[in-house]
Amino acid sequence: MSASSSRLDAGGIINRDETLKFQFDGKSYEGHPGDSLASALLANNVKIVGRGFKYHRPRGVMSAGQEEGGAILTVGTGARREPNVKATMQPLYSGLESFGQNAWPSVARDFGRVNDIGSRFLGAGFYYKTFFGVRGGTKDWMLFEKIIRKAAGMGTASREPDPAHYETAHTSCDVLVVGSGPAGLAAATQAAEAGLDVVVAEQDFTLGGDYLSQPDGAHRAVEAVAKVESLGVSVMLRTQVFGLYDGCVAGLIESVTDQETGMQVRQRMWIVRPRQIIIATGAIERPIAFGNNDRPGIMGSAGLRTYLNRYAIKPGQEAVIATTNDSGYATAADLKASGAQVTLLDARTHGPDAPEGVEVLRGRVPVKGEGWSELQGLQIGKLSESGEVSVEKSIGCDLAAVSGGWSPVVNLTSHRGVKPVWSEEMDCFLPGETKEPIKVCGSAAGLWDEEECRLSGAAAAAEAARDLGVNAPVIERPEPRRTNTPTMALYEVTLPGKKLKSFVDPQHDVTTGDIRLAHQEGFVSVEHMKRYTTLGMATDQGKVGNVIGIALMAAATGAPVSKTGTTTFRPPYSPISIGAIAGRSVKQHFRPNRLTPLDAWNKKHNAVMTQAGLWWRPWYYPITPTESVDDAYEREMKITRESVGLCDVSSLGKIMVQGPDAGEFLNRLYVNGFGKLAVGKARYGVMLRDDGIVYDDGTTWRLSENDFLMTTTTANAAGVMAKLEEYLQTRWPELKVSVASVSDQWAGIAVAGPKSRDVLEAVTTECDLSNEAFPFMGIREGVIAGKKVYLARISFSGERAYEVYVRSGDAEPVADALWGATEPLGGCLYGTEALGAMRVEKGHVAGSELDGRTTLEDLGLGKMASSKKAYIGKALATREGLHDADRRQLVGIIPTGDGKRLRAGALLMADTEQQGHGEGEITAVTYSVELGHWIGLGLIKGGVERWDGKTAISADPVRDGNTEVRIVSPHFLDPKGERMHG
Amino acid sequence: MIIIPCPFCGDRDHSEFSYGGDATVKYPALDASAEEWYNAVYLRKNPRGAHTEYWHHVGGCRSWLVVERDTLTHEISSAKYAHDGYGDSA
Repeated sequence: MSASSSRLDAGGIINRDETLKFQFDGKSYEGHPGDSLASALLANNVKIVGRGFKYHRPRGVMSAGQEEGGAILTVGTGARREPNVKATMQPLYSGLESFGQNAWPSVARDFGRVNDIGSRFLGAGFYYKTFFGVRGGTKDWMLFEKIIRKAAGMGTASREPDPAHYETAHTSCDVLVVGSGPAGLAAATQAAEAGLDVVVAEQDFTLGGDYLSQPDGAHRAVEAVAKVESLGVSVMLRTQVFGLYDGCVAGLIESVTDQETGMQVRQRMWIVRPRQIIIATGAIERPIAFGNNDRPGIMGSAGLRTYLNRYAIKPGQEAVIATTNDSGYATAADLKASGAQVTLLDARTHGPDAPEGVEVLRGRVPVKGEGWSELQGLQIGKLSESGEVSVEKSIGCDLAAVSGGWSPVVNLTSHRGVKPVWSEEMDCFLPGETKEPIKVCGSAAGLWDEEECRLSGAAAAAEAARDLGVNAPVIERPEPRRTNTPTMALYEVTLPGKKLKSFVDPQHDVTTGDIRLAHQEGFVSVEHMKRYTTLGMATDQGKVGNVIGIALMAAATGAPVSKTGTTTFRPPYSPISIGAIAGRSVKQHFRPNRLTPLDAWNKKHNAVMTQAGLWWRPWYYPITPTESVDDAYEREMKITRESVGLCDVSSLGKIMVQGPDAGEFLNRLYVNGFGKLAVGKARYGVMLRDDGIVYDDGTTWRLSENDFLMTTTTANAAGVMAKLEEYLQTRWPELKVSVASVSDQWAGIAVAGPKSRDVLEAVTTECDLSNEAFPFMGIREGVIAGKKVYLARISFSGERAYEVYVRSGDAEPVADALWGATEPLGGCLYGTEALGAMRVEKGHVAGSELDGRTTLEDLGLGKMASSKKAYIGKALATREGLHDADRRQLVGIIPTGDGKRLRAGALLMADTEQQGHGEGEITAVTYSVELGHWIGLGLIKGGVERWDGKTAISADPVRDGNTEVRIVSPHFLDPKGERMHG
Repeated sequence: MIIIPCPFCGDRDHSEFSYGGDATVKYPALDASAEEWYNAVYLRKNPRGAHTEYWHHVGGCRSWLVVERDTLTHEISSAKYAHDGYGDSA
């Protein structure tokens, strides 16, 4: 062993033939495959690896597992920087770069330590009490909070997008075993021998669990692992079961790689559907709260044993081990065998025999750690029968290990709503009973003896097999029981009249004093205590501190622990990446792009695209590279109104409604009549929701007696389809109607403008296009470019217009033919901007007015409602409140001054006093080329009747401020519709 | 993580379905009074335990199903077509 290394010369489950170089805070170190980052740091004698959250006290490695509260590091750089990594769970890899957190300039020398000196001012609730309500109240708090957050905090995440890949996978099995210690491996073996399909998930990078912490661990783990592997058990390493959900579903995160390896996923989320779950998650060792119990050099006794045996590290020469139970003896023996000098303090007066060469001081407890930054000694005290502690002496040491008993990992059953039950006898929470196919075994069930753990694993598996109807032996499940030398319930060591800084939750710097303060101030419920002190709210979620916190609160209130309660553990068991949950559902895989059949065609014609919902639609078609959207849409609407324009309208929802009762069905859906619509005609229809509010609108065409083609708005296409299915399958099963979505099967092209008929006459055969033969709202079949098309004489722009519908696969040749006839006439292509502008000129309502709050009357569509028939929403539309004279109704809006523009979203106020939501709002605006000024649509209380010709204030505080506007009729152009009928 | 046994598609994850509300509600005739419609549209029980409800297999066969679900445990005891004419199973 070299001076700079605490690595033992032999032993451990590490590959000494290979060396891995890594960095911590800019310095280079070496470790081996098989090391965790924490073990590699300890091997290199790096004692201080972090700083406390609040007081910036130096922290070292405290455990060897998921419960780590000290060695919380940032790993990686740039976009791959990940904060709050538990060094104990991070396998070492070549080139790993790690950094201490929450310190400046470094964890070794941190100026924030001044907080520790003034720490008696920084107890629980200090910040809120001091800064909240000072001077300006909440506003000032928000300012202070920024500074406080800087002083107290965890690591910071990268602000760059995560470049790593993730994926989600699904699997099922007969039995999922969580954990691979003695109980887990025994369970997997027993279940596999019964012929079941078994998956073992282990969060560590090596199978074996507690086997690995023992002197002959490697050998025993290898044997047990070989056995399960020979039986065909699927083993998942570095896979955390982070949650159990309804229906026996388990959520797992598998860490695949830490390094950048091309397209390889970094993590994989598994959704596993086992038929039975066996929880063998073990137990976590509790510390004891005593003075300065966070000094680097003080760690958990079980953690120390793991470093000794699994990683072959002796982190100190002179050691004191303090225990309240038998497990400290095994650590003492192993440490002594490594050559260290060991003193064992047992809080109990009776315990096992002293290990060879170890001095055992019975009835002794640790009182206070000594040394400013690293541990230099331990003050010890004598524990009287009444529980009083008197200081006895100090022992010089550079290593201390503590065991205050064990807490079974009951998190997963807690996820299922099963409350843990406090066992006075066992001094721990045990998992509660569940009716679900979940079985808990091993230390997770409160068994501390290894043979009993194995037996309980096998018993649980055999029981699971029998529950699945498979033959398996009946094995008696061992029950948790008190031994001859039971654990002593000792949570804190106090000295009468002396204040000690004793940590309960090292990650959030919660002390025993904070718990008592919470009690003093009335936060006695465990849930209140948690929120007041933040105990258990750090990334370890109370794995270490919760039991001590609850026990101390119980002591303060005088109630038993069982009556004091427990906190409810919720998923995830330990923090997981959001990226892993998203999996591949990111970017366009989260929000897919919907392209119209004319997408390539539009782009070929220089369309600038915009996204409307999931659809990509042409926004405008610039004719020069520098033409702006405003210039383009004004040109497009001018040309369309003066001659002719083409627009891709394929994204409209299209639903075939067929069957002998189709007409009756549409009659019930729409407010206006459809039953008597003639074949070859279209009609504009509006449908309401059950509550009488307008839902959707569109034209529906009668193609033949029993065949209708319904069009919906782009946004509601899927919603309307689901509604139609609901009505037909649940409400009106007697109707003989079939519906099918054909939105993607048909492309639609609007041909709008006075010359639209000329365009169609140039390219259409087998169809008489004359006004007499093909009047407004007519539907005809024809042929364009050799392709069968439907022609509908409908108009959104208010001009003479047609829509050409063609099978999606035939869209391009038809578009080519139409454009071939449009271009020579001086026509243009127009996008959604011009389309929207022309609908505003016509006062047609669209999504911004159909906002789920407006009625037919509000939109000026009241006359459409049929009085001769009933329809969806009719009954509730009669409610008084929907006919209030004060309701917001559709109006037109123009500016009062020359050249002033309008802004959609502005509020309409009666006068310049801006208060509340005003009288209404502007919903849509455009510049009208034909009128030569801006126009808008809006909703205002009392509508045109109350406001016609009057002025209002358009209040737009974040953009243009106040503008005076005049309220007018919403029909700006051609109110009688002569153009579209001609 | 509910599994719904769709009579047409078999056992499917609930993410393929849309919840469709209380299936015990009888919607009145379209020409019924506003009060009857009010009761049907707005008044709902919020039972703890067995609940009969609609689920729409929107990412599957598009059937509307009547599902018996325990609101406490999410246990599904049955799922059948809402429309009688669809038959009992695949």
